[in-house]
Amino acid sequence: MRRYSAFAIAREALRQHSGWETAWRSPEPKAAYDVIVVGAGGHGLATAYYLAKNHGITNVAVLEKAWLGGGNTGRNTTIIRSNYLQPASAAIYEKSRSLYETLSQDLNYNVMFSPRGVMMLAQTESEKRALQRTAHANRLAQIHTEFVDAARVKEIVPIINIEGPRYPVLGGLWQPRGGTARHDAVAWGYARAASSLGVDIIQTCEVTGIDRDARGVTGVRTSKGPIACKKLCLVVAGSSGVLAEQAGFRLPVESVALQALVSEPVKPLIDCVVMANTVHGYLSQSDKGELVIGGGADGFNNYTQRGSFQHIEETVRALIETFPVISRLKMLRQWGGIVDMTGDRSPIIGKTPVPGIFINCGWGTGGFKAIPGSGWATAEMLARGEPGDMAGPFSLDRFTEGRMIDESVAAAVAH
Amino acid sequence: MLLLTCPCCGVAGEETEFHPGGEAHIRRAGPESTDDGFSAYMFQRRNIRGVHFERWRHAYGCGKWFHTARCTQTLEIFGSYSAQTTEPPAEIIAAIRARRPEWEMPA
Repeated sequence: MRRYSAFAIAREALRQHSGWETAWRSPEPKAAYDVIVVGAGGHGLATAYYLAKNHGITNVAVLEKAWLGGGNTGRNTTIIRSNYLQPASAAIYEKSRSLYETLSQDLNYNVMFSPRGVMMLAQTESEKRALQRTAHANRLAQIHTEFVDAARVKEIVPIINIEGPRYPVLGGLWQPRGGTARHDAVAWGYARAASSLGVDIIQTCEVTGIDRDARGVTGVRTSKGPIACKKLCLVVAGSSGVLAEQAGFRLPVESVALQALVSEPVKPLIDCVVMANTVHGYLSQSDKGELVIGGGADGFNNYTQRGSFQHIEETVRALIETFPVISRLKMLRQWGGIVDMTGDRSPIIGKTPVPGIFINCGWGTGGFKAIPGSGWATAEMLARGEPGDMAGPFSLDRFTEGRMIDESVAAAVAH
Repeated sequence: MLLLTCPCCGVAGEETEFHPGGEAHIRRAGPESTDDGFSAYMFQRRNIRGVHFERWRHAYGCGKWFHTARCTQTLEIFGSYSAQTTEPPAEIIAAIRARRPEWEMPA
């Protein structure tokens, strides 16, 4: 892999940009791999990268049925934060956030991490108390957040309307080192770095079946032929239920549509991320000037990558009340992704009932922020064969044992 | 926008009039069930990509629960039926087969 640098730009400028290489290799699949990761989204690629980098396991393939980073990695609203209530969540999301801080340098790929600050609004008395509690929990977990009053919210976000009328802003949970990153670049950066360490990334290769014998998994059947493997890791978000069925087990997961939209581009008007959980809306401004807007998920099972119309209306209505200044903006695009929701709104990283098959799923509406930490923890689990400290609490058997990591109450709605 | 018909009061409406209630025909785990059996009942779902039997409540109408057969991949609705049953009735199966001859009732 030829490194990207200021020098490389100068060199290429002198030879009319004829020397840039393809960012990652696209080889034909080999007959067998030590580890196969299904799903070349952020989590799958990060898993492969940390397998190679942290654990020296490079005989790895990442199989993707469509194109790399085209699922939820390319469809989210790119928010990165770690202000979670429960210790297990706080640990993995903060690990993730801290990896984002230096990710561009680690990957030699500009992921445009922008720690512009995340403001989570408190708009009811109960939400205010919950966020104050989260601020205390974060302090114990050494995550830098603070609960700020309404006047301070107005200072940080001048365009906000704190007076209501329906839901006045009572304060906010402010995480100054939260922010956004360029979502495609995260996938591309991990793909390029993993590929250069020897990982085979195979796109348009759909897994159609999973082979197993009495001792466990032996390989997968794909649209490019059968591929044998010693360990298999399913990292397919919304399609987790489909692959689990092929492998012969069920998951405590339901797939629903979550959508987002962007406005026409305008001059800079908001320099942080604002999340309003009570009214279901969150907002940030992209470098192009578009307002990136997310809302609530649909309530019914759906695989169409397209959300219900009324959620757009609900989200926009809520945001106009909170930010009257945006009321005349036109919306440019709207799209949906299929998110995999678990009962406690926390992810699953762990072993499955089939020996040799591991799973990483259930990130629901908040997977993007977790990509580096999730890949780190999943790679550790694949290398050792057992989940490490970070992945441990998120095992599949927590549902049988009643060890829920309840973030659905803690996060109110948007995640 | 899904258009659903409530079999209890006969009113057809947009999905905003109804509230989704998740997978239908889940068999309740009894007092004798194992831990695994109970967690399967409580949490595990088929999460099917294809024909899905699910519960809805006519929240802004008669308020009653009913069942619907719907494809999660195309959002096509095959029909609604009473919630007072443990499996889809024959006419719903026939309506699905009429559109999807190769479809099999999952085990």
